[in-house]
Amino acid sequence: MSSPRGGGKERGGDGERQIHVLAVDDSSVDRAVIAKLLRSSKYRVTAVDSAKKALELLGTETNVNMIITDYSMPEMTGYELLKRVKESPKLREIPVVIMSSENDPDKINRCLEDGAEDFLLKPVRPSDVSRLCGRMRS
Amino acid sequence: MESSDLQRRYIDFTSTLFREGFLDSQYTQLQQLQDESNPEFVTEVVTLFFQDSEKLQDDLTRTLDQEVVDFKKVAAHVHQLKGSSASIGAQRVKNVCMAFRICCEEMNREGCLGCLQQARQEYFLVKSKLETVFRLEQQIVAGGGSIPTMW
Repeated sequence: MSSPRGGGKERGGDGERQIHVLAVDDSSVDRAVIAKLLRSSKYRVTAVDSAKKALELLGTETNVNMIITDYSMPEMTGYELLKRVKESPKLREIPVVIMSSENDPDKINRCLEDGAEDFLLKPVRPSDVSRLCGRMRS
Repeated sequence: MESSDLQRRYIDFTSTLFREGFLDSQYTQLQQLQDESNPEFVTEVVTLFFQDSEKLQDDLTRTLDQEVVDFKKVAAHVHQLKGSSASIGAQRVKNVCMAFRICCEEMNREGCLGCLQQARQEYFLVKSKLETVFRLEQQIVAGGGSIPTMW
């Protein structure tokens, strides 16, 4: 079910529920920017600094409508996070968007082929966030 | 100084920063994101950039100082510095990082040291200029004026 354009709400049984996006980026600067971009579109945002913390949160939080993650992170990359999410029966329906500052066609294709919803080039713009609004998990 | 004089000075100063390539349109994007719900957004993000950059420069100095340089580590730090400078629109710092990456790929220690020095220079320049911008903004607001929009 698609969300209203630019809106951060979806219809639930108990009325409107705010769409929850999990943002993952080891850069404090980029985390602040992506969180602000998403909040400006009225999404609820949880921002974490590693894929490991993202997986911990996904283990306990059931209400995540989208994951947006940086590609290049130490220890576990955004690509590895994508694979873990798509391999999990519980998590695989959550759309995963990858962000990167590198315009590498091989990298982009690999992510998309392995289930990424979209691939955004950094710095991410408001127009990039707008085009994601119809892809959130309901 | 009169509020209108301060506003004029602010416009001249920030226009110059864009004209001279210190800042690019990404900085304008950040300004456009700032709103009543987070009126200090730009200052907060830029402060994070200052903290991040200074740490990365220290890390780069340490890594390049090793007897055997781990160029993968250097490249990783440069990638982070390039990313965060791009995210706030610090164009000249970002551009130095692009040259820096090439030196890393070539495993050219002297080249890397030169790039680090340049990155440091550009960083301190843009830091000083942004601090002036923020000071002018504070003075304008304290004088009861509003900060001119640059877009």
